[in-house]
Amino acid sequence: MITVGMDLGTQRVKAVILKNDTVVSRGQAFSGFDPTKAAEQAVGEALKKANLKISDVAYFVATGSAMEMAPYANSTVSMMGADAKAGVHIFPKARTIIDVGAEEARAVKCDKKGVMVDFVVNERCAAGAGAFIEAMARALEVKLEEMGPLSLKAERASPINASCVIFGESDVVSLIHRQESKPEIARAVFDAMADRISSMVHRLGVNPDVVLVGGVAKDVGFVASLKRKLGVDVLIPEFPDFAGALGAALAAASRAKEGQK
Amino acid sequence: MKEPSTIKDEVEFWRWREYHRVVQGKKWTSKDIITAGVDVGSVSSKAAIMINGEAYSWGITRTGSNSPESAKKALDWALEGTGLKLSDFKYIVGTGYGRVNVPMANKAVTEIACHAKGANYIWGPSVRTVLDVGGQDIKAIRSDETGRVVSFLMNDKCAAGTGRGMEVFADLLKIPIEEIGEISLKVDQEPPPVSCTCVAFAKTEAMGLFRKGWSKEKVLAAYTRAMAVRMANLIDRVGLEKELVITGGQSKNIGIASRIEVILGVKCLPMPNWRENGLDPMIAGALGAALFAKALYEKAQKS
Amino acid sequence: MRHIITHYGYSDGSGDYYITIDTDKCNGCGKCVKQCPQSALQLETMLIDLEDKTAASVTEEHRKKIKYTCSSCKPESSNAPCVLACEPKAIKCTWNPH
Repeated sequence: MITVGMDLGTQRVKAVILKNDTVVSRGQAFSGFDPTKAAEQAVGEALKKANLKISDVAYFVATGSAMEMAPYANSTVSMMGADAKAGVHIFPKARTIIDVGAEEARAVKCDKKGVMVDFVVNERCAAGAGAFIEAMARALEVKLEEMGPLSLKAERASPINASCVIFGESDVVSLIHRQESKPEIARAVFDAMADRISSMVHRLGVNPDVVLVGGVAKDVGFVASLKRKLGVDVLIPEFPDFAGALGAALAAASRAKEGQK
Repeated sequence: MKEPSTIKDEVEFWRWREYHRVVQGKKWTSKDIITAGVDVGSVSSKAAIMINGEAYSWGITRTGSNSPESAKKALDWALEGTGLKLSDFKYIVGTGYGRVNVPMANKAVTEIACHAKGANYIWGPSVRTVLDVGGQDIKAIRSDETGRVVSFLMNDKCAAGTGRGMEVFADLLKIPIEEIGEISLKVDQEPPPVSCTCVAFAKTEAMGLFRKGWSKEKVLAAYTRAMAVRMANLIDRVGLEKELVITGGQSKNIGIASRIEVILGVKCLPMPNWRENGLDPMIAGALGAALFAKALYEKAQKS
Repeated sequence: MRHIITHYGYSDGSGDYYITIDTDKCNGCGKCVKQCPQSALQLETMLIDLEDKTAASVTEEHRKKIKYTCSSCKPESSNAPCVLACEPKAIKCTWNPH
């Protein structure tokens, strides 16, 4: 049975195709101003890779901030629900799933079946999400993907105003004028982010295993800071940014099976 | 108060004008209680000199990277043309975020207390609520008829609504900052406020609104409205009581002030004519500090 | 004379987060400071009516991140350790995520 999960995020739409609970392909597209079209592209790409057609798909489930604009969707699943499902599917011992995306961060506590028990979410303030790292990278004139490796060279963090993206940008600019070291500024950016995320997780309780997903999970600098702050190991799947789409595809599979009964 | 002195740097910096002024026709003698207040803010440093508790001169300058130097620069400018020297002061109070770094000060007092006191001096005893909107923070202060603080909060965590936040909108919409207030009022009907107030997300949000066919004015109106709603919420938190006044750089933004009036259903007391001969709402903190300096000096004399 | 109410915290895009301390009710006993698991509270000397008074306050370091600092104490429940520790009931928490 073929099912598809779509994650309509603020920056990118991700799609995952499952065949009997195994991932067969992935696709993605930039959300732009038309998430519906981007979702069609992402699903199209994934289907093409798997040599499948729309008509082969038994069930579509959408998630993500623009889930209500998803094409093909038979139903939707909450972002927290999708994270929990995907986390436990990949790491069966996972009980805490942290998802840090471009514009939102959340932490989900789940049981062994991948069912969400509790969650905390941070939205609508860029200081608590990937957008903070992006803005600071721009201010530092460093490519986003270079921020992580750069920060690992630092032994300490420079003082920056990490409470707001806008104030942080001004601080970074003045630190550069004072010729402070870029690695130390980068380290400060990740430490500040990790500080927020770990406090968020502490609210739920740090229940191992802890899994980190979302686009920011690909950043080695953030991962290093988060491990330091949380004081536990943090597991990261191979495709952390596709976790939401995977969770949706898993939800699609179970809903399709229920429908067949 | 008569002749204003030279106003410098008219166009160079949008937030405020660097200038100093000496109140004409006032004299001082060594018997007078001469005090000063020095308010070192994140963006501007202000110094005010008072003779027996009455405004005599002031200077407004940019805060540099070094707080003690900024404090000295502001006070030097306030001293210019007065014939006063540092040793003539009976007492100096430092305030503002850099208050502990005012080397010539006898004591540091929080800017909240000084703002309330200063607003009471500028507008009189009817002031009960002060909204101070500066470059990097917003303060909502409730005071009694003597200018004593009864409730306050300071929001310096988030750029939404601050001068810095408005600057980002000005850049984004390519509208000169001085015109942003006026232009935000050029809409036939007030649009609903934008739902997300985070300045960092404004760019994508504004693009979305433009694609929906919104004009620059309408986008700006929706943003200014959202900022005004936030400020009104801060005022609500400390409890609104008439009269309301707005101080700080954004007091000069008519788009913000008029919307706050509509949202709260009260009129603000009118701005003093600071360009001509009135007191500048930007020096409220420094004036309050100079008043505290006088009170602290008199208290020390008694004991 | 009316009490001086101090609000520490902020509103940002994500919501409103405040610790409110009634500076007159506060007797400066410091029990809240000891109970705070995050060391976010301190005793501070403030000039009130030209007198120095010692009262509890939120430390400068935590003022701009109390949403995160205080989250593990569940401040919306009004059972936060600082609130419970305060005998004169001078501390209140307001938590309103949007």
